[in-house]
Amino acid sequence: MHKSFSFWLLSAFFALFLLFLYGPMIAIFVLSFQGPTGGMTFPMRGASVHWFGDLVASTRYGDLAGAFGRSLILGLFAMLVTVTVSFFAGLGFRRRFRGAGALFYLAIAALVMPGVLTGLGIATLFQTLGLSTNWLTSGLGAHLTWTLPFGLLIMFAVMNRFDRRWEDAARDGGATPVQVLRLITLPILAPGLIAVALFGLTLSYDELPRSLLTVGTRNTLPIQIANLTANVTTPALYAIGTLTTLLSLGLIVAAFVAILISGRRK
Amino acid sequence: MSPLNMSSERLSQLQVAPLAILLTLFTGLPLLMVVVLSFWPFDGLEYAPGFTLTNYAEMFASATTWRTFAVTLRYAAITWAITLLIGFTVSYYLVFHVRRVKVQIALFLLCTIPFWTSGVIRTISWIPFLGREGLFNMALMKLGLTQGPLDMLLFSDFAVVLTYVNLFTLFMIVPVFNAMAKIDRNVIEAAHDAGATQWQILRDIVIPLSSTGIALGSIFVVTLVMGDFLVVRAMSGGQSSSVVSAMKNNIDQLYYPQAAASAVLLIAVVLAMVTAILRIVDVRAELSR
Repeated sequence: MHKSFSFWLLSAFFALFLLFLYGPMIAIFVLSFQGPTGGMTFPMRGASVHWFGDLVASTRYGDLAGAFGRSLILGLFAMLVTVTVSFFAGLGFRRRFRGAGALFYLAIAALVMPGVLTGLGIATLFQTLGLSTNWLTSGLGAHLTWTLPFGLLIMFAVMNRFDRRWEDAARDGGATPVQVLRLITLPILAPGLIAVALFGLTLSYDELPRSLLTVGTRNTLPIQIANLTANVTTPALYAIGTLTTLLSLGLIVAAFVAILISGRRK
Repeated sequence: MSPLNMSSERLSQLQVAPLAILLTLFTGLPLLMVVVLSFWPFDGLEYAPGFTLTNYAEMFASATTWRTFAVTLRYAAITWAITLLIGFTVSYYLVFHVRRVKVQIALFLLCTIPFWTSGVIRTISWIPFLGREGLFNMALMKLGLTQGPLDMLLFSDFAVVLTYVNLFTLFMIVPVFNAMAKIDRNVIEAAHDAGATQWQILRDIVIPLSSTGIALGSIFVVTLVMGDFLVVRAMSGGQSSSVVSAMKNNIDQLYYPQAAASAVLLIAVVLAMVTAILRIVDVRAELSR
């Protein structure tokens, strides 16, 4: 196809869009290396890792390390539950069954319900039942209302391309149901399950609105950062941003590498 | 009972049981709880089980309710229009102008990577651009377009919508791209051979066949904007409040029943919008395609 005028016009539009998408992230990445006397906007007054050091040295930022640890643990739990539950739900949804429509709409409701409302509902439910909210119980449950619908939708997409004759062939060859699952279904679906895991971990790790009322007395990282945005007016805020974004990017890269490897093994 | 002699419907129900239990516990029951709570009496200090319509009466009588809903709906409408325009254009470019599949996938992933990073961080990332000493003001003054820095850039409706578009456009791109990528190229070739113009192909083939993707993206964008409080709070500088940021204030003051009443109204509005979109386009057909 010849490169027409519209091609170049749309290419320029796309480039501008990427600039718009990534420009701010790049700006705070650069500004997080601001010199000790520098402020939250350009110009740079020298370059240093002063503000990263300040995060560790100063007590102004609260229990950042603790909040980070809790967010990571919560993310890992959310990931494990999301992968397992979405996997079996994906298998289940391949056949028609009573209640399928209702369950699908419940998942969509969980997806579109504003996160603060989900949190409010879970917090009052716990209160009414006489339970206290905690990041590993009500907090995890709240995060699952965000990660599970995504996991389910990805499983739908993956299952559409899954050829069930592989399973039938294995069964005809005398494999037990557990063997079929372990030797056929799981390896074929592995790339999709890694994608589900990536969603489960990162969506939970970054989740703010559903966490606010459900994590109890100990903050997760997004809550801690949101609180800091109100008081901290130094590039330290950007240093936190840079660190947490690098972690997310690292997870994404790891997931894609894992998908490529598991895809090639077939 | 071994899985072998179980009916296939039973097996399916067993397989989806964990999902059903978790969603019932953490979405179904809490949703019900919010509705129940909205009818509980509140004396200004505490609330207790009971039944009253006062929370709703007060809510509908308050001018703030109508104002916050109007503000939120306006944000949703503007953001929706812009994200649709950008999302459609970007998807169209990726699907119909980027011919090499590997390049296409790489560029598509580039559009979606920010989704897996922190929304809080991406919101505050606009400060270096929009602040009094931010890049935009510097550029405007260098070009001689303005004398002093513009305060309106940060802490304004402009900043709020800009941030929404930055955060949510990828929710439009992903479903629209998916729908467009499934369009049979032969249909377009045929239309082209029959003498259809680019514009006619766009209007009569591409847009109708992408409609399910557009519907899904619209549901995402509208519900995300309607449910936001963080962006409004951070980027409007306290000058305007959305439904949820007002609700969040109620919650912070422990006015739970009031918060629940406006939550119920918000859910009703959001559900009405989602239902309207689903009425126009069959989204489930798209998912199983």
